[in-house]
Amino acid sequence: MPSITLIEFTGETHTIEAEIGKSLMLNAIDQGIPGIDADCGGAGACGTCHCFVESQWQGSTGEADALEESMLGMRPDRTEYSRLSCQIDVSSDMDGLIVRLPEDQM
Amino acid sequence: MITNDQLADPWTMPLEDIDVSEPTLYSQDAWRPYFARLREQDPVHYQATSPFGPFWSITRFADIVEVDKNHQDFSSEPTIIIGDLGDDLPVEQFISMDPPKHDVQRRAVQPVVAPKNLKDMEGLIRSRVCTILDDLPVGETFDWVEHVSINLTTQMLATLFDFPFEERSKLTYWSDLAAGTPELTGGDGDPEERMAGMQDCLATFTRIWHERKASGEDSMDLISLMQRDPNTGDMVDRPMEFLGNILLLIIGGNDTTRNSATGGVLALNENPAEYEKLRANPALIPSMVSEVIRWQTPLAHMRRTATRDVEFQGKQIHKGDKVVMWYLSGNRDEDAIDNADEFIIDRANPRHHISFGFGVHRCMGNRLAEMQLRILWEEIMKRFSFVEVVAEPERVRSNFVRGYATLPVKLHAL
Repeated sequence: MPSITLIEFTGETHTIEAEIGKSLMLNAIDQGIPGIDADCGGAGACGTCHCFVESQWQGSTGEADALEESMLGMRPDRTEYSRLSCQIDVSSDMDGLIVRLPEDQM
Repeated sequence: MITNDQLADPWTMPLEDIDVSEPTLYSQDAWRPYFARLREQDPVHYQATSPFGPFWSITRFADIVEVDKNHQDFSSEPTIIIGDLGDDLPVEQFISMDPPKHDVQRRAVQPVVAPKNLKDMEGLIRSRVCTILDDLPVGETFDWVEHVSINLTTQMLATLFDFPFEERSKLTYWSDLAAGTPELTGGDGDPEERMAGMQDCLATFTRIWHERKASGEDSMDLISLMQRDPNTGDMVDRPMEFLGNILLLIIGGNDTTRNSATGGVLALNENPAEYEKLRANPALIPSMVSEVIRWQTPLAHMRRTATRDVEFQGKQIHKGDKVVMWYLSGNRDEDAIDNADEFIIDRANPRHHISFGFGVHRCMGNRLAEMQLRILWEEIMKRFSFVEVVAEPERVRSNFVRGYATLPVKLHAL
């Protein structure tokens, strides 16, 4: 199981043992990590599971598709590291992945 | 006009005769079994004839999410309500535009509801809520809609626009007129009164635009934000686009939160055990606010128009067909929400509802709406042991705005 670290905006750090094949969002929610709302339940359609993937991990987490891009495009805090965590499926090469969570979901 | 006893039996009438655009279903609060049958037997339902022309109804949660996400096949142009706009007032607004035009116009005004700005506004909203609640009579019957819901949301709206505060009731008036005609949503508004009101709205906001521009102040209100953004800085020169976007922001910030502010009182009265839970644990307020927004579903539908022939859930939708997503039905879908017909303030996942829509048009003001309702209930619980509903509400006749004209209540002190 890959070990993934999520860092809240406050700096609080959570490391989880993530299930492969399940989205990063569901892994985080199922393990009670705060800071992700995921209102739409994983359809990539609400933007409330926003996270920032550190640059060295962008190769393994892949790229946002068109819908994800348009949802991210409406966030004022969007950066080049922005992703929707429901659109990242955890894989074996994500062991050690670090993602940061935004100040607010919206 | 059809009355309640003329509505056909939802479970035995021919399926093809179920017309959920009938506004009486909403004014009489009779819609539940009609949608329940559609979700079960014909979730993507073709209505061949209606006062609004033929249309498709999308009734299940998951299907609504699919349509809402797919703006390529299901366009928001030319309009997002079931009735067509007509040629007399061809307004344009970003809710009725597709990307990329939608995106740039929305981004211009979005900062007003960004989390940081909301935190700055919280104190002001709370002080207004306190004033409104402190002025209410205890032990006497009064109308919650007028004295609380409309009062609160109209003050908020005036602040967001920096609109002359003493004239703020005009905002509510224009909001009610804008989508209230028979042609648009089955309402009982008068088209001529609407036209006059819309012209007054445009003239008033055009004057405010120019005055604000001349003042040169660098403020955060919606008009100033539009002026500062290069994509919208000259919108006043395109009157139908200017009026359309003003109306969008007025309706978006007004009808919706207003009716959730009323719906919450009604829901708690209909579910006394839930009111008891809230009294025992006011920390449930944020969760209750999400549940109220789901239970109320202040906007019953959003419409799309197919841009090409699309097969969807085994049905052949043709280019140009109206496709109506019934959020009201999606929020009652048992496949997506457990005990969906029930009002439960401590649900496991209360934010999982469809009232704000999904995809690029998802409600821009959702966090502001939640904050206003949260503050309202925090302050209600500090003052009153019971906001008692003493007579049936009068409901709005519309297949779009699911709301209340009146709700008579009586307050009990702590």
